Amino acid sequence: MVSCLNISKIGSVSKAVNSCLSSFAVLFLLVLTALFLIIPPFCSAEYDYIDINNPFLKKIPIAIPSFKTVTENPAEKRLSVTTSGLLSETLEFTGYFKMLDHDAFLFDPEKSDITALNTNFQNWTDIGAELLITGLLEIKDDIVDIELRLYDTFKAKLLIGKKYKGLINDRRKIIRRFCSEVTYYLTGKSGVFNSKIAFISTGSGNKEIYICEFDGHNPVQKTHNKSITLSPAWSSDGKWIAYTSYKKGNPDLYIKNLAEKRGVVVAKKGINITPAWIPGKFALAATLSFSGDPEIYMLTGSGKIIKKLTDKWGIDVSPSWSPDGKKMAFVSNRSGKAQIYIKNIASNSVERLTFQGRYNTSPNWSPDGNKIAYCGMEKGEFNIYVINVDGSNLFQLTFNEGDNESPSWSPDGSLIAFNSNREGPHRLYVMTAYGTDQRRLLSLPGEQTNPKWSLNILNN
Amino acid sequence: MRKKLWLNLVLLLVIPGFLFIASCAKKTVTSESAATKAVEDDSAQKAKAAEKASQQELAKQRAIEMQNLKEQQATREKMAAKNMFVNEDISFDFDKYNLLPLAQQVLQRKADWLWNNPDVSVIIEGHCDERGTNEYNLALGDRRAESAKTYLMNLGIAGSRLTTISYGEEKPVDSDHNEAAWAKNRRANLVIE
Repeated sequence: MVSCLNISKIGSVSKAVNSCLSSFAVLFLLVLTALFLIIPPFCSAEYDYIDINNPFLKKIPIAIPSFKTVTENPAEKRLSVTTSGLLSETLEFTGYFKMLDHDAFLFDPEKSDITALNTNFQNWTDIGAELLITGLLEIKDDIVDIELRLYDTFKAKLLIGKKYKGLINDRRKIIRRFCSEVTYYLTGKSGVFNSKIAFISTGSGNKEIYICEFDGHNPVQKTHNKSITLSPAWSSDGKWIAYTSYKKGNPDLYIKNLAEKRGVVVAKKGINITPAWIPGKFALAATLSFSGDPEIYMLTGSGKIIKKLTDKWGIDVSPSWSPDGKKMAFVSNRSGKAQIYIKNIASNSVERLTFQGRYNTSPNWSPDGNKIAYCGMEKGEFNIYVINVDGSNLFQLTFNEGDNESPSWSPDGSLIAFNSNREGPHRLYVMTAYGTDQRRLLSLPGEQTNPKWSLNILNN
Repeated sequence: MRKKLWLNLVLLLVIPGFLFIASCAKKTVTSESAATKAVEDDSAQKAKAAEKASQQELAKQRAIEMQNLKEQQATREKMAAKNMFVNEDISFDFDKYNLLPLAQQVLQRKADWLWNNPDVSVIIEGHCDERGTNEYNLALGDRRAESAKTYLMNLGIAGSRLTTISYGEEKPVDSDHNEAAWAKNRRANLVIE
């Protein structure tokens, strides 16, 4: 649907290439094709723009003026404003950038050239911009061409240049792809833009599973069980989702293929809850209590028990896998109180991770494998904490703002989604991995809880 | 001669007496016709009979009512016992599923009722307050229901009559967000199947 072309330093694309591209793209609108590679944009990734040890300490000031349009067509003008606005919002969502106010711009960028040749970078450095993104937009029927360039204003250097072609309705996809390029260039990771978030909402009158894009855009109700539905869990490829539902009266485990609407139900006596897919495998861990005691089991994607993973009287729930699938964090009350433990699958050893506080639950293993986010209770308040897997460096990320629960890392480990009742009903929020930039993810009727961030599952 | 005197004396006394009676009777007769008198006599008799019948009926009804009342009383008592059985919750402490002394007393009453109603099977629901993770609370509710089940089985109730289900924090009885509400919501309750 979207085709992409790298733009050389000067940024001119030959007419021949352009027209060839047009017919090509229209012919294969449904195929995403990266057509040309004029300069390899990633090889020279420079991480000094963003301190990867704490990228949110200092936000990079960036200027994103409205895109220039090829014609004076009002539809084109409107699309230029909305699309450049979308680019600003999408990049701002990462928490890395400080968006500079359009009112501060020293001249009308629409009237200037978008290429480095005629850009007076001092106009941008004077207002504090360290980065600048310029765009050129043209509409042909329902097809849009967008050229986007990222500049280092102090070095007067083009960092990334891309030309995209796609349906006007796919402009979010185009913007997402450019944002992936930008964050990859600046941080070495391609960000969160191709991920989704599954969550529970009571908007329909029952707890049902919804899925939205990484930034809360386009929430869609995915289950219509008309009963209590809980704990969505993504498979690594994003094709399967497992959850618990009382659809048939008992809390059963449903394993569903999202696209093909097929799947299985694990409906044993007792509870069948808290699924967690093993990274990269068609298998998952879940808590079943058919034996009379809730234990965590390893199951195939078709619901067959492979083996028992915990064996201790009392509660064992909420597994979360290390990214390599070799270890599993989980919650147990084997000490008499809810605490988080880590099990090494190969050695079968179990170690207690949390010692501070009397109630620590909802472990979620970070994508880099080094940290675990969880929900802990202190003085009757529930807050989000992050701790190293060796038990060091305990950090509290939320303070004095109601109850904050169910943390879930973004696929690049830069953000954490959670639910909080700080504004009354429980809603979804996002913050950086350091607890900064806490904001509401979306506005929906009812209460929203249990956010689960997928990996980057959308095709580029 | 003496006899005649007596007779005269008697006549003297009796005739005016007759006359007096006759005059009185005449008075009545003149005020009402003979026909109505007959009807009157008849209806009075009927009324008497009816009254008697209705009194008998009343007595019968009273007896039935008494019986009903007794039965209602018994039903009420049964219902009250049943309502208490259904409505009296078993309480728990935060993040706990051990049975407190009060909870044990409640369960003993429930065991008595189950013992007296041997045909009844029940579902034991385990619930939690809203605090904490709903995932953990599902397991906690499961443990609470199982604690109650085990206790009832130890009191002689067949396990086949007792099934459990955990609703975690999903079905609070009090939707307020304070300790009073949370205490009510940390419960196990029995539902008749």
